[in-house]
Order: sequence, then structure tokens, then C-alpha cells
Amino acid sequence: MKFLNGYSDASLVKRLADDIERLVGDLGREVSFMEVCGTHTMAIFRYGLGQMLPPQVRLISGPGCPVCVTPPSYIDLAIEIARIDGVTVATFGDMVRVPGTHSSLEEEKARGADVRVVYSPLGALEIARKNPEKSIVFLAVGFETTSPTAAAGLLKARQEGLKNFCILSAHRLIPPAIRALLAAGAKIDGFILPGNVSVIIGRAPYNFIAEEFGVPAVITGFEPVDILLALRMLLSQISESRQEVEIEYKRAVKPEGNKRAVETLHQVFEVREGQWRGLGHIPESALILKPEFQHFAAEEIFDISLEASREPSGCRCGEVLRGVLEAEECGLFGTGCTPQHPVGPCMVSSEGTCAVHYKYARSPSAVGRQ
Amino acid sequence: MGTGNKDERILLAHGGGGSLMRGLIESLILERLNNPVLSRLEDSAILPSLPAGRKAASGRLAFTTDSYVVKPLFFKGGDIGKLAVCGTVNDLAASGARPLWLSLSFIIEEGFLIDQLERIVDSIAETSGQAGVKVVAGDIKVVERGAADGIYINTSGIGLVPEGVNLSPSLIEEGDAVLVSGPIGEHGIAVLSAREGMEFDIDVESDVAPLGGLVADILDTGESIHFLRDPTRGGLAAVLNEATSAAGVSIRLFEDKIPLRPGVKALSEMLGLDPLSLACEGRMVAVVDKKGAEKILRRMRESPWGKEASNIGEVVEPMAARVILETKVGGTRIVDMPYGEELPRIC
Amino acid sequence: MCLAVPAKVIEVSGTKARVDLGGATHQADLTLLGKVEIGDYLLLHAGFAIARLDAKEAEETLKIFREMEGEISKRL
Repeated sequence: MKFLNGYSDASLVKRLADDIERLVGDLGREVSFMEVCGTHTMAIFRYGLGQMLPPQVRLISGPGCPVCVTPPSYIDLAIEIARIDGVTVATFGDMVRVPGTHSSLEEEKARGADVRVVYSPLGALEIARKNPEKSIVFLAVGFETTSPTAAAGLLKARQEGLKNFCILSAHRLIPPAIRALLAAGAKIDGFILPGNVSVIIGRAPYNFIAEEFGVPAVITGFEPVDILLALRMLLSQISESRQEVEIEYKRAVKPEGNKRAVETLHQVFEVREGQWRGLGHIPESALILKPEFQHFAAEEIFDISLEASREPSGCRCGEVLRGVLEAEECGLFGTGCTPQHPVGPCMVSSEGTCAVHYKYARSPSAVGRQ
Repeated sequence: MGTGNKDERILLAHGGGGSLMRGLIESLILERLNNPVLSRLEDSAILPSLPAGRKAASGRLAFTTDSYVVKPLFFKGGDIGKLAVCGTVNDLAASGARPLWLSLSFIIEEGFLIDQLERIVDSIAETSGQAGVKVVAGDIKVVERGAADGIYINTSGIGLVPEGVNLSPSLIEEGDAVLVSGPIGEHGIAVLSAREGMEFDIDVESDVAPLGGLVADILDTGESIHFLRDPTRGGLAAVLNEATSAAGVSIRLFEDKIPLRPGVKALSEMLGLDPLSLACEGRMVAVVDKKGAEKILRRMRESPWGKEASNIGEVVEPMAARVILETKVGGTRIVDMPYGEELPRIC
Repeated sequence: MCLAVPAKVIEVSGTKARVDLGGATHQADLTLLGKVEIGDYLLLHAGFAIARLDAKEAEETLKIFREMEGEISKRL
């Protein structure tokens, strides 16, 4: 898309990096910015932006990685369901390697479970149509960008009278998680807010960040210029003693969001308290199916009781997700927990903080380790 | 057999060693792959004397084997048959050998459509012709329905390494240039997009191709070639990590020099995949003395298999990271050894 | 959050649109967006179009940044 080329322009990126260095130099202190969204963590890594920032700018990865915050109980339940004869589990690729208490979907697949990766809930619907003799369970994971697509998929299933399709919802909401972090006293000087979640929900749900907690925030796109421009906007807010929720990602985000998508969401889902790995219980932060859609809920259809799930011992993903622990400070980092043999979700997910740190911040003493 | 009846299927008996199998071999295999050695259908192929030539007299043999289990069997730009020839031919070529002879083994699932088998063998015949190799030995086994996912193929290959040709990671030196013969990730994307559930129409075809000729051209320049490898599963990332590991060096890559088709880029972004880890099946990576890099590049570009060859990086002193990429916007990141399966991401 | 890519509408049929991602085309579901026109740029996520991209806004943002540049130099 030609009109987007400017957002990857190397000279613009360089100028922005210089600006950031100048602004933070003028400020005379360190700043910690949280980029909430896993896709931002990934983009920063992919473009190598971390190295371009001055050391006084610290980037913390937040809990916006749906794989990372999904509690082990959800994976355990998905695994139990996958083990049932006649069931096909349809899932986004992100979930396949996440460890539950004893196993993972990937391991279950090796043991004979029918686990298929889809790119869209529509893909799961297609599997259901083509395999009427099987029960398709779609693992509905993701934040506000993804949950409307699951809602739309479910409406289609109902409309078509599909009898063999259901979902296991782990959908979560971003603003309540940010509120929980701030309420717990996290020291954050500014937020890089998830651009595509904001495409759906608009700006209003984030106003509390500036109004109640006095922290600057910028709704940000995912190209290199987007991210650096947003950092610059945050630094400008700080220098000018402003606290606002600004939109950098204007080409995609309207202040009022995508009303149609939100309506579709509310037709199918309602809000409840949710359990987040690392953050615990957060009120009004999870989506469950409304009563009139309960017959599509996998928990209703498959009567399963599980033993209590537990976090793997030594795993400190929770603290990493809250931004209070550096990946490298975890005792398992790089030794007992690596991308090849992950213990916790922050290492499994390719955009989890630990996985990203493992890739680009390893110490020089690692020479010859392989 | 091969009567053109589209519904005819492979039976267990076709693998039984009896008349049904003989019939299959004669009417389906020999009709397409005939040569004096294979047509003898003896227990072993007695190979002709090594081809004469100024470098052949004391050349060394190269020998390799590979199995092909790709799904789906037919994809844009190729099929399992073409893959089975090219994969093995390219492994021979990467060691500097001129590929000569292949063995061909099938493990076929009961119920497999004979029509599809014919298409696959046609492909093998065509590709081995292009590659200048002969299939001289073969085997067919048939297993019960459900036991082989359609068809599995194994090919082993023999080639001749000319006198004086020595390729090894241990020859890689700091300052060497890293070249690639064409755009990356096409095979990986072609196969992925042909799988059920991924409805993308792409103008990307698998790059699967036999590279014996390209390698011969490269060696013919007389320049100092240190190391060759064809990236397959795991893509460029896997090959470069393996090479730097074995050689005890690091490589710095330049993102803007790595050839990438728009379709591969678009689909990789959509699915959250890293093109550097996507499979190729018709590309060669060459690590060469930088003095000869320009000349080698020019020669590669004259070949139909190297038209878009590019100098993508340099070998540097060993660092914490084996393979480092300078991104298009001026940042740097590490390119790690891929896990083993690129899963499409949503977030 | 989440991966979304820009794509140009090349054909519309009911609740679906054929979009061009630049070297690949895809059938995008329009249920979450509504009416679109050929030539529109959409943002795609998980098989659905979730937004229409505003090319003018895209340019504006870059323009503003370039102006900000000028301001900062003046302030220093």
C-alpha cells in the first residue's frame, strides 16, 4: 500500500529516534513506557527499534498477549476436550504450544487428538460444515480486536443451524487490565495503547488512564514510524505536563471506534470478572456467552471436571506481565525455560516478553553457548 | 492399469511383489522413467562407469538420501514428485557434486488414486530430465488405508564431486560474502496457502527447482567458494544458523538486500510468520570469498535459476548472536534457529 | 492488539469483498464493517474487515510530524 510507505521510511525513523533522544535528555530522567500489546512487542523486536532508543527510555511489555494471560486452567480444559473421541479442536496457532499443567495441545496432537490451526473463526465454521459427524470446538482467545469476529462467527453458526459447533471462550478486555495494573501501583510514565483494539473500542474506554491516574497515553499503529512517533508524543506530553489519551493511529482509529463491531460483540457476549495469569482476578474483564447463546458454550456441552490447575513452579510470568520483573531476572530464564523448552507462556508465545528478550537481549557471555 | 479410469485405486496387492505389482511398474513407472539400467528391473542397479571428463578421473562420490512427506501433494508450482527429485539433487549440488543417479521408493496408502500416482511419476520424469539425472532403482510398498497419508517418497542420490572442489563450513572466513540465488519463502507459502482452511489466492508459486546446473556454473567461475547449502525446511534462518554454528562465526544480514516476493511478504504479515524461516526448495545459499562475489553473482543471474540472485550479507567475527539482521529501518535484530514448525499467529 | 493487515477492495459481493493484499488476494468478511466500495483500503483481522483505512489521515499524520520537527527546532 503506497500510502503507508512513509511509515517505514528509514530516514523518518532516524529523525524520530534522534528526537526521542533529545527530548528525554532535556527531561533529565529515565522514563518507563508500557507497550500493552503483544503485537507491539513483536513489532519493536522485528524492526530492531529497541536498540535505536536511548537507555533512559525503558520499554515494558504489558499483559496484552492473550496467550500469555490465559490461565493454565483454560489450556487444561481445552486439552481434556481435545481428548474426547469425535472432537476437533480448532485454534489459532498461538495456543498450540502453550503448556497447561501437564501437557499442551501440540503434545495432545502427537497423541492422536484432532487439533487444527485456523486463521479465522470462519475457518472453524468451515471445518464444522465439512465434518458433520464431528464436534468442532473453537478456542475463542483474544482481546477486543478478535472477540467481535468470534461473535460474528457464532451468529453465522446460529443462522445456519450448525449443530456441531461450539466455543470455549477466553476472551479478555484490555482497559480493565490496565486499570488493575495502575491501581496496584505500577510505575508507568506512559502507555503505548494497542492500535487495533482501539479500532474497535475507540478512545473513551481509556480516558481513565489520563483522567483518574494522570498518565499519558497514545493509541498507536504498528509500523516503525507509528511506534517511534507515539513515543515522541508521550515524551512531549510529559515535557509539557499534559496527560491525555491521544490517537497516533488516526488512519484506522476513530474516536468513537467501530460501533457495528461492538454491537455484534454485545449481541453474543456479556462481561464478567476474569482470571488472568499473573494478574489474578480482574472485575469486568472477561467475556462469556449470553444466556441465549449458552448452548454454544463448550463448558455446557462437555461435562468435565478437572483437578486444580497450577502454575509451573519457579515460573514468574505473572511478575513479568505486570512489568515488575525483567525477563532476565527470572531464575528459569535461558536455563530451565527457553523457547525450545518453555515453562511459562511468556516464553512460549513468540511475542511474549521472555521469548523476545531471549532473542535479542542475550548477554555477551553467550558466545559459543550453542 | 493406467487405463485412464480416474477412479482406479492402489490395492494392497500392488505392493505384494507379484504380477499386479509388476504390471504397475511396467505400465506406470517404466513408461515414464525408462532407461537401460532401470528397465532391467534387477535386484540392484549396476551403474555405468563414471562419466569421463577432465575432472572426473579421480573425483569423489557424493551420496545423500531424503524422504518426502509434503501435504498437500499438489501445490502451485509443483508436487511431491518434483520435490522428491529436486530435494535430493540439490543436496548433492550443495556439496559440489554433479548429480547423476537416483533411487526412488514409494510407500503408498491402499486406496490411493492411480491417476494421482501417474501425475506424480510424470513429474518425476520431467524433473529428472531437467536435472540431468536418471532414476536407476526403485521400490514400491503398499500399506493399509490410514497408514501413510496418501503417499510417501524416498529418494537417494549419487553424484560426482569434481577434483579440487571442497566445500565446508570450516572454510568460511570473516569478510566472506553471503549470496542467495533468489527470493525466499515461496515454497513455504505455496504449501501453506494450498492447505485447507487457508483461502488465499496468491501469485506465489513454489520455487522448487533442480540446481545442479546453477552450482556447476558457480563452481565454473573459478572463484573461491567456501560453502553452499540449499535452504529447505527452516528457510534461510536455519541454514545460516547451522553454518555459523559449525564455522564459529557470525553473519550480518541486510534486510533490504534479501529478495522477497510481495505475495510472500503479504501472507507472512497476515499470518504472523517470519519469511526468513519459511521453506524454499529451489534456492542456493553461497558463502564465498568477497573478492569473487561480484563475478559469481553475475554468473548466477545468467542462469534461469538465479535471475534474482543477491548479495545479502557478510561474515563477521563471532558475537553473542549467530545471525544478525539489519532491518530496513536501520534497527538490528537476532535471527534465531526456527523452532521447527511455523504456526500462523493471530496476535 | 493483534495482527491486522491493510488490503484494497477489488470486488464486492454481498457481505464479502475480494481484497488485494499486494501479491495475494483474499475473501474478507464485511459483517463487522458494512458497506465498502471498490478502491477502499480496509484493515483485515482474522478474515474480517474491521476498519476502513483513511489514506488522507495517513498523510496528515506524517505531515504533522514533519511540522512538529520544525517546532522543536524553534524551541531549542
